[in-house]
Amino acid sequence: MSDSPTVPTTATVPRAGWHVATVARTSRETPSAARLELDVDGWPGNAAGQHLDVRLTAEDGYTATRSYSIASSGDGSRVVLAVDELPDGEVSPFLVEAVRAGDMLEVHGPLGAFFVWRPETNGGAARPVQLIAGGSGVVPLFAMAQAHADADDPTPFRLLYAVRTPDDVYFADELAALAAARAPFRLDLVYSRRAPDGWPTPPGRITRGQLEAAAIPAADRPVVFVCGSTGFVEQVASWLIELGHDPRDIRTERFGGT
Amino acid sequence: MSFITRGFTGRGRERDDRLPPGQTLVGDFPVLSAGPTPDIDTADWEFTIRTESGAQHSWNWDQLMALPIEDVTTDIHCVTHWSKLGTGWRGVALDTLFEGVDTDYAYTMAHSYGGYTTNVPLDDLLDGKAWIAFEFDGEPLDPEHGGPARLLVPHLYFWKSAKWVRGLVMMEDDEPGFWEQNGYHLRGDPWKEERYW
Repeated sequence: MSDSPTVPTTATVPRAGWHVATVARTSRETPSAARLELDVDGWPGNAAGQHLDVRLTAEDGYTATRSYSIASSGDGSRVVLAVDELPDGEVSPFLVEAVRAGDMLEVHGPLGAFFVWRPETNGGAARPVQLIAGGSGVVPLFAMAQAHADADDPTPFRLLYAVRTPDDVYFADELAALAAARAPFRLDLVYSRRAPDGWPTPPGRITRGQLEAAAIPAADRPVVFVCGSTGFVEQVASWLIELGHDPRDIRTERFGGT
Repeated sequence: MSFITRGFTGRGRERDDRLPPGQTLVGDFPVLSAGPTPDIDTADWEFTIRTESGAQHSWNWDQLMALPIEDVTTDIHCVTHWSKLGTGWRGVALDTLFEGVDTDYAYTMAHSYGGYTTNVPLDDLLDGKAWIAFEFDGEPLDPEHGGPARLLVPHLYFWKSAKWVRGLVMMEDDEPGFWEQNGYHLRGDPWKEERYW
């Protein structure tokens, strides 16, 4: 099978391990989500786009473990999560509603070495980057955009962010700041349920036309990161291929699968 | 290292013995893929086993369907902490495909349409432990779940059950495939929680 296309290999990432995380701060991110800032003892740092496992233990020893994307990156031991509360969830309602500053959690990570972006100054490729988020799928993509700005990286970055309403936008202030930063970054929002007053297009599910209009064209050979629900990722990825993007340039992460 | 999380009670108190440590039962069928779902026509599909001598044993779709087909009911466990119990599959056992294959190598690399790879020891593929599966719950396997055909190695974490599988290459030594190079364990036994390296 020597004719197999070669999947791009990835640079090394810090080694994963179990760590004790102390909650430094929690805040409301959207009506259904919370931001958790963790101080993780012995955290080796993480690349933008990686995730971690959170393990909760009840008094009788029962445990529950879930994976969450990391919204931050770099060498530090401060790790930021943004957790969406699933109505029937076991772990996310606890993290969103019950956890407070000073609580301790067990985390395992950093995890994943493929759904990762790193700046050119840190071994990354100088290729434009198209980020495409559905809902809370923006979390690892925000980490990439922030890493891009922090590195003052000159490669063009665009984020196409599909979200239900203006209230559901994660990292709204940070994204506005990124759009104003020197590193080239453009944010395109698509609202599915309710758009801001005066928004030029009515709310609705993202269309192929909107994707084509807002995404870096295939001719520019962007690396494309797509994160969201399985249905969102499948739809967007198939449109991207129709629009001429090489499947090997499209990296995906799906809820439920992570 | 393990300590009680303040205020956490959890819900799933009734532990099922079939559930490996760190796993949660799900009713749906989540998808874990690193890239887009490839579109593979069974008319173009082929599965090949290549050995150290360079010999290639290949089957097209019709040839695969002409082999003995087995019904498999099994539990599946994803590295991302979900499990499904008693899932129903149909496929051809790797024992059947390896009947005429002469190899002294003990390891394989599974290759998929789309370019992804995962390494599996030959021992984990034989003796009724693995299949090329093309039906799930009585329906043709969905492309997003690996259709038209995927490897099914249910006693290992499910990334080893390579979606869109197109072949196996025999290897003298165990070498990491795509998923393993990107952080997943070389073998992936869910009962030992071999998730990550």
